[in-house]
Amino acid sequence: MRHLLATEGLDADTATAVLDTAEELKRTLLGREVRKLPTLRGRTVITMFYEASTRTRVSFEIAGKWMSADVVNVSSTGSSVGKGESLRDTALTLAAAGADCVIVRHPASGAAHRLAGWLAEVGTSVVNAGDGMHEHPTQALLDAATLRERLGSLAGRRIAIVGDVLHSRVARSNVHLLTTLGADVVLVAPPTLLPAQVRRWPVTVSHTFDAELPSVDAVMMLRVQAERMHGGFFPSTREYSIAYGLSEARLAALPEHAVVLHPGPMLRGMEIASSVADSPRAAITQQVANGVHVRMAVLYHLLAHEEEVA
Amino acid sequence: MTGMVLRGVRPYGEDPVDLEIRDGLIAAVGSDVDTDGAEVRDAGGLVALPGFVDLHTHLREPGREDTETIATGSAAAALGGYTAVFAMANTNPVADNAVVVEHVWRRGREVGLVDVHPVGAVTVGLAGEKLAELGTMAGSLARVRMFSDDGHCVADPLLMRRALEYSTALDAVIAQHAEEPRLTVGAQAHEGELAARLGLAGWPAVAEESIIARDCLLARQTGARLHVCHVSTAGAADLLRWAKAQGIEVSAEVTPHHLLLDDERLATYDPVNKVNPPLRTAADAKVLREALAEGVLDCVATDHAPHAPQDKDCEWSAARPGMLGLQTALSVVVRTMVEPGLLDWRGVARVMSERPAAIAGLPDQGRPLDPGEPATLTLVDPDATWTVRGAALASIAGNTPYEGMSLPGRVVTTMLRGRVTVHEGEVHHG
Repeated sequence: MRHLLATEGLDADTATAVLDTAEELKRTLLGREVRKLPTLRGRTVITMFYEASTRTRVSFEIAGKWMSADVVNVSSTGSSVGKGESLRDTALTLAAAGADCVIVRHPASGAAHRLAGWLAEVGTSVVNAGDGMHEHPTQALLDAATLRERLGSLAGRRIAIVGDVLHSRVARSNVHLLTTLGADVVLVAPPTLLPAQVRRWPVTVSHTFDAELPSVDAVMMLRVQAERMHGGFFPSTREYSIAYGLSEARLAALPEHAVVLHPGPMLRGMEIASSVADSPRAAITQQVANGVHVRMAVLYHLLAHEEEVA
Repeated sequence: MTGMVLRGVRPYGEDPVDLEIRDGLIAAVGSDVDTDGAEVRDAGGLVALPGFVDLHTHLREPGREDTETIATGSAAAALGGYTAVFAMANTNPVADNAVVVEHVWRRGREVGLVDVHPVGAVTVGLAGEKLAELGTMAGSLARVRMFSDDGHCVADPLLMRRALEYSTALDAVIAQHAEEPRLTVGAQAHEGELAARLGLAGWPAVAEESIIARDCLLARQTGARLHVCHVSTAGAADLLRWAKAQGIEVSAEVTPHHLLLDDERLATYDPVNKVNPPLRTAADAKVLREALAEGVLDCVATDHAPHAPQDKDCEWSAARPGMLGLQTALSVVVRTMVEPGLLDWRGVARVMSERPAAIAGLPDQGRPLDPGEPATLTLVDPDATWTVRGAALASIAGNTPYEGMSLPGRVVTTMLRGRVTVHEGEVHHG
């Protein structure tokens, strides 16, 4: 891997290799008092976050540090970005300062692709940590890692992705990755929150959450962004919650082995009942924990090349 | 004034003749023209067409002279075979008053390479709230006869109705940028499978088509003349066919890029392909080519839109929409219309010169290549191919979507009222 920009086009072998490495790293670190591997010593990883983020940013930072990389965080406030510097100039500056890898989150779809183009000559790797409504590949990888842990394998499993698919980079990355890994994906959303011509995607589409519950192995709830709630995409949060929220009753209608995922941050009571989020069926904190190992694995595959993991 | 004889030239790509030019006019066409005292040029094999007329150009002066000026834009136009261009009103300050339109008109005359006709804004500041002083602009030295808020839609139906009604007293045409703004909030690319996959907010065809339908009905109601800018969807072509069959006074243009390119270009996220209206599907482009051949779409207009590198070499959503078009328009028309047999050279003359001149009411452009007519013409080498390089184009900006493409058809000579403005790639300043 040179960059990780999207899960679209990521082949099953590469994805599986990253997931296997993540598992291996997790096993290696389990029970260790000092959770630090020397693998990326001397490598410089820079995170560039142009959007607010807690878990993704912290997760990447910890991943880099546990691999002994030097991690530098740049945010859009308190840097030259706040002075109006272009994304291109900021990226070239960071690359010139010695970044081996730039991890970028940006509100513009395609920002990571553009960055990879600008940095092509420098040789800096780019990781997409979420670009607009396009993709968030490490989120999909950590979701897949969590599902593998809970379900064994993804092949033939049926995964429901529920909510604002239209604006969700998490949904796009998961559709590509989960189908590549052999799962069946069903998108559950009101028609106003589905992308144009979604029926050409390799998924099934449903507007009736209850009808899907008995047959799914996992439910991935998507965040409903505040600005969407007032954008006329659905009549009211109450109606949305009734039709698409994951209530206790809906949890009970799922098969016993079925897993509940949420990429966070959650709106408790709106898209997911508080008791469901805290139930043992929910893998939400496990997702966060796996996020660190998956991102360690991504950095390893991008930067460590032939070197051994541990 | 000494004359010129173009020997062996093929008017409209038909049989070779000699064309004699004297005093800015075509003096004679035939096999035994008078060469006495005339410069005789071998034009064997070249196709002669009436000089091209572009109803839709952004010359960026005043305001963004770092990307294009009336001088550089005029040079690009002449190199592209144009003899008249219409400069859109979205300058800074906006061309919504007599002072600005007269400035543009006067600068065009000083440069003297093409006739530069300013387009007046329909509404003050292009804000879509209050009619600009259309009558004053029409009565100015610039004699404005085309008004447009291009870049913005005159979305308010009552305001559009008033503009159309009012324009009938001025013998003017209202050129609409058809885009329902409520349907395109935040829009970045054609709403379709590809934009959805790439996470680019959709610009749906209905946003264009609903305004075209509404405006055709308003034109019928008011008896006014409507011109539709940069038609980009198959559905819009159907609506225009219907409107014309009703006898509604509507004309329409299509850009070269909507004839040739489609939304497959989005995949790289390179904003050189960002334009408004957006590149549509290949199926739309095919319908547009057929509609242009049929005459449902009247003409080709470039929507030439120079942009600075920093406004294009950035992330997609931050980039400005628009692309260069003046120097590549003919070649794209040859590629998309002539090569597939959709248009012959008579047809090229119609869509590049005669119809746009008629729509804009220009008496001395788009004229037949007959004795007594102005010698305002373009000579094209139909067999040449050339490779597009943005840096080599005359515009200050270099944002061409055709970079590196090999395109057919080359402008050899452009002549404005008997004066050679371009020959073999060289601009001849007066």
